[in-house]
Amino acid sequence: MPNASNPEPLLKVSGLNAGFDAGPVLFGIDLDVASGELIAVVGANGAGKSTFLGAVSGLVRATSGTIRLAGEDVTNARPEALVRKGMAHVPQGRRLFGTISVEKNLLLGAYLRRDREVQDDVARVLDHFPALKNKLPRDAGTLSGGEQQMLAIARGMMVRPKLLMIDELSLGLAPKVVDRLIDVVQEIHREGTALILVEQDVLVALDVANRAYVLENGRVALSGPAAEVRDDQGVRKAYLGL
Amino acid sequence: MSEAAAPQLELRGVIKRFGGVAAVDGVNFEVAKGEIVGIIGPNGAGKTTLLNCISGVHHLDGGDIRWNGDSIAGMAPHRVARLGIGRTFQIVKPFGSMTVRENAAVGALFGSAQARRGVKEAFALADEVLELVGLKAKASHPVSALTIPDRKRLEVARAVATRPQLLLLDEVMAGLNNVEIDEALEMVRAVHATGVTVLLIEHVMRVIVGICRRAVVLDFGHVLVQGEPAVVLQDERVIQAYLGERYAKRLKS
Repeated sequence: MPNASNPEPLLKVSGLNAGFDAGPVLFGIDLDVASGELIAVVGANGAGKSTFLGAVSGLVRATSGTIRLAGEDVTNARPEALVRKGMAHVPQGRRLFGTISVEKNLLLGAYLRRDREVQDDVARVLDHFPALKNKLPRDAGTLSGGEQQMLAIARGMMVRPKLLMIDELSLGLAPKVVDRLIDVVQEIHREGTALILVEQDVLVALDVANRAYVLENGRVALSGPAAEVRDDQGVRKAYLGL
Repeated sequence: MSEAAAPQLELRGVIKRFGGVAAVDGVNFEVAKGEIVGIIGPNGAGKTTLLNCISGVHHLDGGDIRWNGDSIAGMAPHRVARLGIGRTFQIVKPFGSMTVRENAAVGALFGSAQARRGVKEAFALADEVLELVGLKAKASHPVSALTIPDRKRLEVARAVATRPQLLLLDEVMAGLNNVEIDEALEMVRAVHATGVTVLLIEHVMRVIVGICRRAVVLDFGHVLVQGEPAVVLQDERVIQAYLGERYAKRLKS
C-alpha cells in the first residue's frame, strides 16, 4: 500500500542514459512512480520504451543517471537483485517456458523465494486468472495467446512485486481478452501494487493509468495526468491518429 | 456474395485436427479476385491454422481448398507459393546478416516462374517491391537496424516479391500504434492496387474497418459470422465471442 511516511517515490529515475553497443537509446530520462501508482509509458516503435523497462530491471546497462527504488540506489544492479527487492518485469512477447507446465512456469516466478508461502501464492495469483486454474499440468506453449499473456503476468505476480512492469499487454490479443487483462491490471493496482504499462494501444493504457509519459526518440516528450496526455493535440495526432 | 465469377480461393469444409482437437472444424468461405478480406476471432479460434492450411504448411484432415478452381489441398508449401499464394508469418524472421534489399531479393528468386529469371532480375524486382512498401530509402540497411514497423514492411515485401496473386497477411499490424497502422494500411492499399487479392488476420479493428470489404469471424474453428465489417462488428454473437462489451461501446463512439 502507499506509504505516506516515506516521501521518496517507489521508483525514481533521474537523467537516465542507456543503450546498447550499437548506440545510445535513452537520453536523460526523468520518471518516477509513487507507491501504488499506475503509470503508462507510450510512444512510437523505436522510441525506447522497452529499453527503458530493460534499464529499470537491470537488463540494459545505464551509462549515466540514477535509478532509485524506495530511496535506495539500484542503478545497474543485477536483475535478480532487483527481483528480490520487488520488481517484476513481464516482457514483450511473454517469454514463457513453452515446453514445461503452466504450474512450473508459475513456480519459476518464485524461483528466488525461499519462504513457505509459494504454494499459497499460486492459488492467490490464480484467483486473478480463473482460466488458468484447470490448465496447470498443460505445457505453457499449448495455451492460447491470451492465456499465455495471463500466465506471463501471473508469473510476474509470483515475485510479490511492489512494482510490476508489463511490456505490450495487448500485443496480438483479441479485444475481449485485452479488456479482461485490463480488468486484472486494475485489480492488481487496487491491491496496492504499482505498475508501469508500456502499450501500443495508447487509448487502452491512458484509460486506466494515473499518469503517463510519452517517449520520443529516447526522450520524455510529455508527461502528466493520463487524461491530460490523452487530450494533448500532439498526442492525438501522433499516436491516436485522431 | 455478389460476384458472378468463380471465386479465386474457395474453402470447403476444411478440417485440421491436432491430436483430438479440431483447430479448424469445417470452414467454408470464398475469396473473390481483387477483394480484401479480414479474418478475425478469439485467440485460439484457428485463424493462423487456417492460413497454414491454405499455404500448405498443414495437411488437411478433411475438406478441400480450391485455387482458381483447382484443388491445392495437400500440396507442399513451396508449390502453393509458386502457384501465386504468398504469405507472411506472425513472428518475422528476416535473414539477419543480409540487407533489406537482399532479403526482398530472396523472395523474388524463390517466387513464381516469372520472378525466377535470375539474380539481376530478382534485385530489380526487389527494388520495385521495396518502393511499393515504403522501404526504398532503407534498401541498403542491415535488417538488424530496422524498427518493428519496418520489419513488418520487409516481411510483406518478401512475400510480395514472390509475385503473388493472393497475399496472406498474418497480423502484420500487431504492435503498431494507430498512426503506424494508418501508414501500414497505405502499404496494403498500394499492394492491393497492383491487382493482388488480400486475406489478412488482424485483431486491430482499425484495420478491419479501414480496409476490408468483408470480414470472416472464426470461433472454435467454425465461421461464426461473415459479411461487411461494419455489420459484423455489431453482431451480438461477435461481441459476445470476440469484441467484448467495452470494446463494442468504444467502437461505436
